Amino acid sequence: MKLGSITETLRLAFRNGKVKAGTAVLFFLLLLAAAGPVLTPYQPLKYTGEPSLPPSPRHPLGTNMFGYDVFSQTVYGLRSSILVGFLGGAIATLIGVLIGFVAGYKGGLVDEGLMVLTNILLVIPTLALLIVIAAYLPYRGIVVESVIIGLTSWPWTARAVRAQTLALRQRDFVLVARMSGESPLAIILGEIAPNMLSYIFMVFILQFGGAILNAVGLDFIGLGPTRGVSLGIILQQAVLWNAIQLGLWWWAIPPGLVIALLLTSLYMVNTGLDEVFNPRLRGD
Amino acid sequence: MALLRLEDVTKVFRTGLFGGQEIRAVEDVTMEVKEGEIVSLVGESGSGKTTIARMILRFYRPTKGRIYYKGRDVWRLRGDEVKWYYSEVQGIFQDPYSSFNPIHRVERILYKTLHHFHPSLGGRGVEERIREAIERVGLHPGDVLGKYPHQLSGGQLQRLSIARALLVEPSLIIADEPVSMLDASTRIDVLNIFADLRDKEGLSVLMIGHDILLANYVSDRVVVLYKGNIVEEGPAKPVFVNPLHPYTGMLLESIPRLDKKWEKRLEEKAEEEEYTAYRLKGCRFAPRCPAARKICFEAKPPTLKLEERSVACWIYSDYGEKS
Repeated sequence: MKLGSITETLRLAFRNGKVKAGTAVLFFLLLLAAAGPVLTPYQPLKYTGEPSLPPSPRHPLGTNMFGYDVFSQTVYGLRSSILVGFLGGAIATLIGVLIGFVAGYKGGLVDEGLMVLTNILLVIPTLALLIVIAAYLPYRGIVVESVIIGLTSWPWTARAVRAQTLALRQRDFVLVARMSGESPLAIILGEIAPNMLSYIFMVFILQFGGAILNAVGLDFIGLGPTRGVSLGIILQQAVLWNAIQLGLWWWAIPPGLVIALLLTSLYMVNTGLDEVFNPRLRGD
Repeated sequence: MALLRLEDVTKVFRTGLFGGQEIRAVEDVTMEVKEGEIVSLVGESGSGKTTIARMILRFYRPTKGRIYYKGRDVWRLRGDEVKWYYSEVQGIFQDPYSSFNPIHRVERILYKTLHHFHPSLGGRGVEERIREAIERVGLHPGDVLGKYPHQLSGGQLQRLSIARALLVEPSLIIADEPVSMLDASTRIDVLNIFADLRDKEGLSVLMIGHDILLANYVSDRVVVLYKGNIVEEGPAKPVFVNPLHPYTGMLLESIPRLDKKWEKRLEEKAEEEEYTAYRLKGCRFAPRCPAARKICFEAKPPTLKLEERSVACWIYSDYGEKS
């Protein structure tokens, strides 16, 4: 895509209310994650004084039962959640798009083989598979978790991209490129992919949110990173130690809200962009 | 020897749930294109003419039959042979707007084509060749270079399509309805480009279209197709002046004339259900044919050779030699 059309698309995108609101929230959360260490003097996993303190100027979100500062935990957890979303989403998008392109463009046996693989992965309950894989790894970091999530969540993307590629490959300009001596790879990258850029971008946003949700799920059942902190782990701990029942609402609700906010903003950007790229969805 | 030869080429498309419906879009088509000759393949929509073009250009694989180019089976070419084939045979499509990728500048594909087929040209040579090709199709390089497809007219884009094909310096061009989306005033110009190249450089063209008048204007031979079957074939003039097959006659009758009020001469029956004709045992044109007899519905008409011409119709079953 040329620079002119990119700025034009951006201009159109930011006229859309959902895109504006979603991006604003997302930007705020990114900023919070980036500036977090500056905003709080406490390490997320260091004893800071008294346990179970309610929110106060010293501890904006209070402390938990171990005396950790919940605000710094949330901020550091947000960082790891965004990292998981980005890495896991990128891996899933990359694999899905690659397999979709190759299957859709090549057709025949290649297509059959790749689609069998895709469908097998599609019908295996992903969470169960994630649990099994995660349980086998004695040490798990954020990156490992992202890779596991990325490797298991590409099938829908692959199917959708394949369908789009199938439609595009019979277009005249693709046939012209074939007659012009272009290699299959050059045709996929030069003719087909640029026509799907907006779609791939939206897929990435969707995968980003999906990876975060998957990670929270894994963390929550205790199969998250073995070291470090994440939003899911905070929730897991909070539930494990009966935070709500004991009245420590500040331990569970703010991190949960941050997750909800993050996913909602991604969802809003996604549906907003959908309206931008597909004028028929616009309400006016 | 013929430059291009189709032998009993058949293409079956399957439709419906689980591919239960069969449509023989092209059936046992045998035809030739000789060197330095423009052949028109004429037929209405659904006659299989675009399917034939796409089989020749290696986009659809024939269900049955062979396509030979310079004696080599087009569908058995591998690797570099495919590139050789495209350096000899090029195609032009009907819709100029969809022939160019909307997100790229139009000249991109011209540069790519030149890069792949004439890699030895230097930067200067490339620029020169592209300007030359653009001027050859009657455009000014300044008007079209650097533009996106949506900034150009259909006529300009179709000329650019032709310019791209010519950059390869092919021996054969498969032109699938190259003028049907152009203004009447520019059609003749585009056809003249082909005629000119045939006369000066011995280019062969297989021109596909539904307009028998335009076919007659530019071509040496005409092949008339109905629902995937060749019904008549021969030198353009005789076919035009004295059509043998009732369908060719009908095509000619349907040309509007300036000097005459419209009146139906032949008792013309509207087409019935779209796919029924494909399932007929006999002649596919029989349901619409004014001269249809009992046998027309029961058996395929034999193809009869009458001097340079051939026709597939039961009317002539008593004459000529069977092929």
